[in-house]
Order: sequence, then structure tokens, then C-alpha cells
Amino acid sequence: MKFVDEFREPELVRRTAEEIRRLADPHRHYRLMEVCGGHTHAIYRFGLKDLLPDNIELIHGPGCPVCVLPMGRIDDGLALAMDPNVIFAAFGDMMRVPGASGSPLEHKARGMDVRIVYSPSDALKLARLNPDRHVMFFAIGFETTAPSTALTLMRAKAESIHNFSVFCNHVTIIPAIRAILDSPDMRLDAFIGPGHVSTVIGCRPYEWIVKNEHKPIVVSGFEPLDMLQSIVMLLHQLKKGEARVENQYKRVVPWEGNRAALRAMAEVFQLRPYFEWRGLGFISQSALRVRDEYAEWDAERRFEVPGVRVTDPKAAQCGEVLKGVLKPHQCKLFSRECTPEHPIGALMVSSEGSCAAYYNYEHRKTAMVNIQSSTA
Amino acid sequence: MCLAIPGKIIEISAENPDTAVVDVVSVRRKVDLGLLQDDRPQPGDWVLIHVGFAMSKISEQDAHDQMQTLRILGEAEAAMQEVEGYGLPDASDSDPN
Amino acid sequence: MAHGAGGKASRRLVEGLFAPLLFGDSYEPLGDAAHFAINGASVAVTTDAFVVKPLSFPGGSIGDLAVNGTINDLAVSGARAEALVVTYILEAGLPTDILAAEVHAMAESARSAGVKITGGDTKVVEHGKADRMYITTTGIGSPIRGLKIDARSVRKGDKVLLSGPIGDHGITILLARGDLDFEADLRSDTRSVLPLVEAVARVAAPGLRWMRDPTRGGVATSLNELARDCGLGVCLHEESIPVRDAVRGACELLGLDPLHIANEGQFLAVVAAEYADTAINALNLAPGGEQAQIIGEICDQPAGSVLVSTSYGGSRIVDMLVGDPLPRIC
Repeated sequence: MKFVDEFREPELVRRTAEEIRRLADPHRHYRLMEVCGGHTHAIYRFGLKDLLPDNIELIHGPGCPVCVLPMGRIDDGLALAMDPNVIFAAFGDMMRVPGASGSPLEHKARGMDVRIVYSPSDALKLARLNPDRHVMFFAIGFETTAPSTALTLMRAKAESIHNFSVFCNHVTIIPAIRAILDSPDMRLDAFIGPGHVSTVIGCRPYEWIVKNEHKPIVVSGFEPLDMLQSIVMLLHQLKKGEARVENQYKRVVPWEGNRAALRAMAEVFQLRPYFEWRGLGFISQSALRVRDEYAEWDAERRFEVPGVRVTDPKAAQCGEVLKGVLKPHQCKLFSRECTPEHPIGALMVSSEGSCAAYYNYEHRKTAMVNIQSSTA
Repeated sequence: MCLAIPGKIIEISAENPDTAVVDVVSVRRKVDLGLLQDDRPQPGDWVLIHVGFAMSKISEQDAHDQMQTLRILGEAEAAMQEVEGYGLPDASDSDPN
Repeated sequence: MAHGAGGKASRRLVEGLFAPLLFGDSYEPLGDAAHFAINGASVAVTTDAFVVKPLSFPGGSIGDLAVNGTINDLAVSGARAEALVVTYILEAGLPTDILAAEVHAMAESARSAGVKITGGDTKVVEHGKADRMYITTTGIGSPIRGLKIDARSVRKGDKVLLSGPIGDHGITILLARGDLDFEADLRSDTRSVLPLVEAVARVAAPGLRWMRDPTRGGVATSLNELARDCGLGVCLHEESIPVRDAVRGACELLGLDPLHIANEGQFLAVVAAEYADTAINALNLAPGGEQAQIIGEICDQPAGSVLVSTSYGGSRIVDMLVGDPLPRIC
């Protein structure tokens, strides 16, 4: 696969990993946060931690749009779709996320018309094909995905498709990073920046991190060579005591972002005054809602939203894991009451959630290492 | 977030220039080009696809430059290991004072 | 119900509910077919139900799956299918030409596999109750001489062989459903693997420890079952696992792992190290086995799990499938 395989070339991966070992100061412990859930997934999928020296610690950030959704929002979305005339359409990522009354897939088993879509435009297509039903699209994602939802709503309006609405749960990444940095338990040296969000927002929005917090950030791609090269770039900055925004993912990320995408978002969405994030609490100006001009396509205005607030089970430590304060296996429920088969929180369901990534790809390796070291 | 994959534009719809067919190692799908209206791609261009929308044009030049940087990095590393093997004192070892 | 998808939930249903009630006190690991003797004659028996949507897809249809699937279950248990009996559960109102097409497909698949269909039954249920058609096939066969398939005979150092590229069937079905709007030049790999199993048996029977056909839940699920049944680890080398470009592309686009995708014309074999090269050569020379590969080996650790390593030294655990593979965008 072009633009993919080159960035997985084994010999170059080995050599870049060696460069990291060479650069890392053995007397220092580095704490690097990868903000984006896609990077969390890549780290585990490619086994990148095996290539890093022990004194480089990767902390998983809150960039998993499914994980940060409070359970109540899932219940709200499902409540809106209880009407048998409504088709509930969502990405596959949402299907196993537990609401208080079950996940979308469980609702499907009980008779709700639940459809998996790959694109918001597929949800709109469902509306065109089913004129006597109403299609409600449960929209999630950061700024990577929001412009596509926005454009879809613009098309729905232009074509006067009225049997379509969006339940908008789009969130923005900068307030999440701010919340992490404001958190007293957090000690970080640098950030691996979200590559695909940056194709939309560009690299400028990160400048306050380097100015105010004096921590470097490298906007990174998702292939092994991308992430390793980003770590090399961060180590260089840390060695010299610098703090700059750098773009490692130049082949795809424009420094100024995507103007057309930002315009589409501005046309259709506005910032909510505040929004509740699982684990991070209420954050102001951190989520999007549909503008008045598109009210007719806003599920929250077309239907009655129960507005249920559901707290996580007391023992679940989703919040601390989300913030990177705890590693997944340090949560008391990890791998006991909470597994991918019966998840307590979204971090165990979403493929980007640190708990799922750790469980599916890692934790028996840790057990293996423990066996090896105890018999050594 | 954000599973996004590079794909090559095979054809652009004559009726609707915002719709294109994209090929990802022989898997094909209709993709919306609406987010790239400021810099429309042409058939043969590579774009980054996320949820059925093209997010960005992929620059072959930048990709090439990046591979070059990585190769040089690797070669410099290899060269350095060779030199270290000769047992000569490293310039950075010397005390600047 | 996630229980049919072939992964953890299915296993719990079979082992937790069915096995204790139906299979008595036997502690043997559950295999793909049962081998026993009737009046001194050794027989193997298996049964399987086939449920697929859409009924017909590039490369085959439910009828083909029903015949090949049962032949394959017998084959990987070390038996040659001799005869099948068939049950059809048909939805009222199913057009006759669709039924006829499936019966033709079954007759053809059976003929080319050299297996007789010797009888069966048909029931009609209310409209809306059978996804158009469900088919069950029960196969009877004779054990292949010299083979003793048992997960407990697997040893550290044994090699893991795979007969060909993975993911073709599952991705074909996913695309054939049409909801995802992707197109690819892909076909289901449904076929009888008996000739390939026999090719391996001819040259490597004494070293052939275990086989399985990785259907629902994919290679990852089958090898996790093996790891659990033999108490050892299965260590795979990612770059040696054959995957067609189109399957790879679809998996990358949809965020799926080819190791979890269903196959209907492949099998896994664990072979003692000293027989592995002979076995793989025999496979590569046999028609349809050209892309067979040695994909890994049995190791001490991680016990009970499957570890996949990359060519540059990274590795990850691959778990059994939970529910159906779902596309993702994040």
C-alpha cells in the first residue's frame, strides 16, 4: 500500500529505534503523551513499546471520542431512537458502548432498527432510500470527523431531505489538552500531536502549549516510522531545552489546516457553552452543537432529549485512566469485572480506548515478562 | 481518533465534481471531495480518506523527503557505529571548559 | 445474539451449556468432528448449520458453504467425507428458483468433492423466520489412516502452517451486504480442503498434530482455542501471513484485523518441526495450495495466548474475537 508500506519498512524502523536509544538520556525519565486514540491503537498494534528504551514512557491521552462520552449521552441517543419509525445510524465504534440500558447492539437484538454506517453520507443515503422513516445519525468524533458531518448536513438542507437528523456529540481537542495540563496529577514532558485532527485545524492551535507550558509538541502520522520519527524530534527538542510546534506529518498536514473544512464546521456548528466529558468533568467551549439555521436537522431539537446524567460505577476508574494518571491494569476492575466481553466503560470497548488496547494487545505480555523475571 | 487511509482518485463524477471514486489497493469506494473544494484533486492524485470524505491531498514530494531524512538518519547512525567501533574519542566527550 | 459469531460467546455457550449436558464426562477438548467406532468400523461424524446473508455472493452461495463446510470439518479432524445428509429450513414464500439454485450448488459442490448427498429433510417456517433459508448438513466419513489429531499432542517447537490467504470470505460477505458501499474484486474462498489435507497427510502424517478450519472468528480464534487446549503459546510472524491486497485494503479502510475474519476454504495445521518443510512443500505443489505458508511456531510463552510479532521486533497479543468484527472510524 502506497504511503503506508514505506512507513513500515523494517530496516528503517530498526534504525530509527536505535537513534531513539542513542538520543535518550539514560539519567532521565521521559513522559510523552500521545493525545490521539489512533496513536494509542498504533502503539499497540505495531508493538512500538517493545522498540523503546525503558526510560521513555508513553502516556495515553484523552483523544478517544467514544471514551470521553458520558454514558448518559448514549442513553439519550438510544431514547431518541425508541420510536419504531426511527433508524438509529452510527459508526461501528459506537455499537458495543454500554449505556445504562444496554449498548446499541443490544438494543438491536431487542428489535431497535440499528444500522452501522461507514460515513455520515451513508446515513443521509439511508434517509433518501427510506422516505417514510426517520434516520437519526449519532455523530461522534473530534475535528477530524466534524467537517464531514457538517458537509452532510449542508447537503441535507440543499436537497431538502427532512427525514434526517444528527445527534451531535462532536468534541474539540484543544480544551481536552488544556484540561490535562491543568490537572495537578499530571507531569508530562512533551506531546505527540494528533495527526488527523491537524489536517483540519492545522498546527497553529498548539502554539499556546509551547508558549505557556514550555512543552514541545510534534504533530505525528500514524505509521511506525511516523511515530518513531516524532519521538526522535521530541528528544532533540528536550535535549536542547526547546519547546516548539513541529509538523512530522508534512505529507498530509498543512500548517494552516483545511480552510474549507473549517468553513463547513463554522457554517453548521457552534460551540456549546460547556459539555460533560467522562473523567474530565464539565469543560467549557469544548463541544459542538448544531446552529439554529440547521435546527431542523438537529435531533436534540426535533425530539425530546431525556438529558439523563449517568455516573460511572463507583469502582470504575475510567476518569483516571483517561487522564493518563492510571495505567489500564491499575484500575481495580481491569480484566476482572471489566473486559471487552462485558465492558463497564467505553475505554474497554473502543478500539482506541487505552483499556481495550492494553487488554487485547498487551496484558498477557506483561504477565509473560513477570514470569520470565520471576524465574530468572 | 481518526482512521484515515491514503487512496488514489480513479475518476471524478461528471455530474457531480464533489464525488469521486477512490482506489485503495483495488478496493473502491465513492468519496466526497467537498472538503477539498479550495484545491480540487485530479484523477491520479492521492488523498487521505476518513469516513468517506477526502481530508487532504497527499504530497508525494513531502513523503519522499521524509523517507530521505529517515534514510540519512539511519545511515548517520550506521556510520557513527562504525566510527565508534574504531575506539577513537568522541568529540562530545571532550570537556568544553 | 453474539453467540454465533464464533468467538468467546460461542465458546461459552458450547462449553458452558451444551457440553456438560450433552457430551457427558468426557474431558477431551472439543474437536471439529467426533471419531468413534461402530462394530469395529471407525467413523467420523460432524454437523453444522449454515446461516448467511446474502444467500448468494461472489464465489459461491449458502449451498456451497453447507457442503464444503462439513467436508472441511471432517477433513481437519483427520477424516475423509463419504456422505452428507441435509436439512433445509425454508421461509414461506421463498422463490422456487432461489431454492433450486442452492440445491444445484450443493449437488455440484458435492459432486466435485466426490461426496454423496444421501438424504435429508425440509421444513417450511413462517415468512420472516428464517432469513430466507437455513441449511444444516451432517457429514459421515472415514478416518484418514495414520492421522491422530489432538491438541494435547502439540509440543513446543512445532510449526504452524496456513493453507492460503485469509479474509477472502468474510470481507466478500461484508461487501456483498452493500451497507458499506465498497467494491472489490474479491470472492469467497469456499472450497473443500480435503485434497490439501490429504497432500499433507501423505508426507507428514506422523508429525501432523492438529488442524482446524478457521471459519467464523478467523485464524485468531482458532489459534487461541489451540493455545488454550494445549496450554502453550502460539507465536506468529506477521509478514509470513498471506493476505490478498484487496482484503488488506478493506481491512485498513474499515479498521479490521484479517486475523479475525472468517475463511471458508483454508485450514491451519500444526506439524512437528522435522516434518514442516516437507508438509509445506507438498501443499505448495498441490493445486490450490500455492500460497500456503509456515506462519509461526508453538512456544512456551505466552501460555494460552497468541502472540504476533512484526519483522522489526515489536509484538502484540491477538485475542479471540468478541462478537462480530465491526468496522470502525476511529
